[in-house]
Amino acid sequence: MMEQNHIEEPNVVLEVRDLHKSFGDNYVLNGFNMQLYQGENLVIMGKSGSGKSVMIKCLVGLMEADSGFISVMHNDITKLDHESLDILRREIGFLFQGSALYDSMTVRENLKFPMRWHTKKFGGEENQEKLVMEALENVGLEKAIELMPSELSGGMKRRIALARTLIMQPKIIIYDEPTSGLDPITAKEIVILMQKVQKQYNTSSLIITHDVDCARVIADRMVLLIDGVDYAVGTFAELSSSKDPKVKAFFKEEV
Amino acid sequence: MVKSSNISLHVKDFLMEVGDMTYFTSRFFKELFNKPFEFKELLRQCYNIGNRSSLLVVITGFIIGLVLTLQTRPTLMEFGAVSWMPSMVGISIVREIGPIITALVCAGRIGSGIGAELGSMRVTEQIDAMEVSGANPFKYLVVTRVLAATLMLPILVIVGDAVALFGSYLVENVKGNVSFMLYFNQVFDALEFSDIFPATIKTFFFGLAIGLVGCYKGYFCNKGTEGVGMAANSAVVVTSLMLFIIDFVAVLVTDIFYDL
Ligand SMILES: Nc1ncnc2c1ncn2[C@@H]1O[C@H](COP(=O)(O)OP(=O)(O)OP(=O)(O)O)[C@@H](O)[C@H]1O
Ligand SMILES: [Mg+2]
Repeated sequence: MMEQNHIEEPNVVLEVRDLHKSFGDNYVLNGFNMQLYQGENLVIMGKSGSGKSVMIKCLVGLMEADSGFISVMHNDITKLDHESLDILRREIGFLFQGSALYDSMTVRENLKFPMRWHTKKFGGEENQEKLVMEALENVGLEKAIELMPSELSGGMKRRIALARTLIMQPKIIIYDEPTSGLDPITAKEIVILMQKVQKQYNTSSLIITHDVDCARVIADRMVLLIDGVDYAVGTFAELSSSKDPKVKAFFKEEV
Repeated sequence: MVKSSNISLHVKDFLMEVGDMTYFTSRFFKELFNKPFEFKELLRQCYNIGNRSSLLVVITGFIIGLVLTLQTRPTLMEFGAVSWMPSMVGISIVREIGPIITALVCAGRIGSGIGAELGSMRVTEQIDAMEVSGANPFKYLVVTRVLAATLMLPILVIVGDAVALFGSYLVENVKGNVSFMLYFNQVFDALEFSDIFPATIKTFFFGLAIGLVGCYKGYFCNKGTEGVGMAANSAVVVTSLMLFIIDFVAVLVTDIFYDL
């Protein structure tokens, strides 16, 4: 294990090796591998129920993997105590598949909530208010600031959730299906926003998506998660021209 | 054979649950004294609890007072002991009926509410979202709610007791023409410190149980809307059971102190 740590490349911000996870008899991940480099957009594709969400939950310690090595910014997260894990998590943005807005709070409170614990980084009340406005402008929803999540549409929720993720200025962002269930125009806007954030802050992004268009635009590299392993890795062009029927199935809209 | 393994499975589940709940409780006490203190959220939860259950507590308290007096009256009359009514009703309400009825009503109202609220937060990944943002959901959600329930239940019980006594007085006033002053003088004459003190201490534990069980069930809710319903439901069932156990233990302990 120690030796493997040494050969870890310096510009790898996130690494998964031989990850296993099962729920009873349901073997979801069977030795998944993945590396995310500094500043890159890595897209992970896989069928519904193939374990993509489970994999990223293991990454941030929301779920415990059965076995395997997970390193986030050169920290083995399985060995971290609670406090160090919390500190590490501040550098990671996580966009949930279902948005996960706090439904007892207004949009403003939702955005402010993660900052409460980090007043050192985000300063006092006025500065936070400014950041909230900025984040909302970014997603084009300044008007929604006083609304409750129940008053928002699905697409608006997703954009607010994205704003809440970006406001923390994370170094790594994990997007769980950022564009699913959105109309093509809104989806495109979200993709453009993701690109903008990536350029502006040089963040590294892990993007889970079914959306081939989104993947084509944003992916520097792609990993296909099939049968619980990293079945194929490569650029969009490489994978979309693959002869393997299992890989081809993902790109059939292309042919 | 099948049956016995089934039983052992149930026993195992039960013991696991007890273990988990014990751990949950110890975590509550540990986090209780960690900074930052969520005063604003605590106040909001206290307000919620008071707002949600005070009307219910008032109505049940009033009816209990009425019914208790109406039903006891004929019997006391038979023995020519109607004048004992205020002391008798006062003691039974303050010692036992007020706390337990109020707590049961609150278990149904507050316990299930907390269970459902935290359960749906768990199911929609809101608790996970708090956790990954480096916040402490246990501190923010659980500690505030349990503390609020613990602090509010004694207050609600006092309100319930007062209304029940008032209901009892109304009956006495109509049927026996007893004045307000006379009635309550007799009530307070009958009540001693040894009646009020243990009863009050007990209610803190009632509140603690309601908050802890509701939070525990919601916090570890299973996926799906079904899970939320089950969390709310089992919060009420388990809390009600625990209330009686606490009550029993409280009576035992008080009894020991009496004997000393
Ligand atoms: N908490 C859990 N308990 C039991 N099984 C689970 C749990 N979470 C996920 N699973 C199982 O793990 C498998 C993968 O689920 P996951 O949510 O990761 O799929 P996914 O790849 O994200 O799919 P989608 O694209 O639909 O979101 C599924 O078979 C699911 O039933
Ligand atoms: Mg998923």
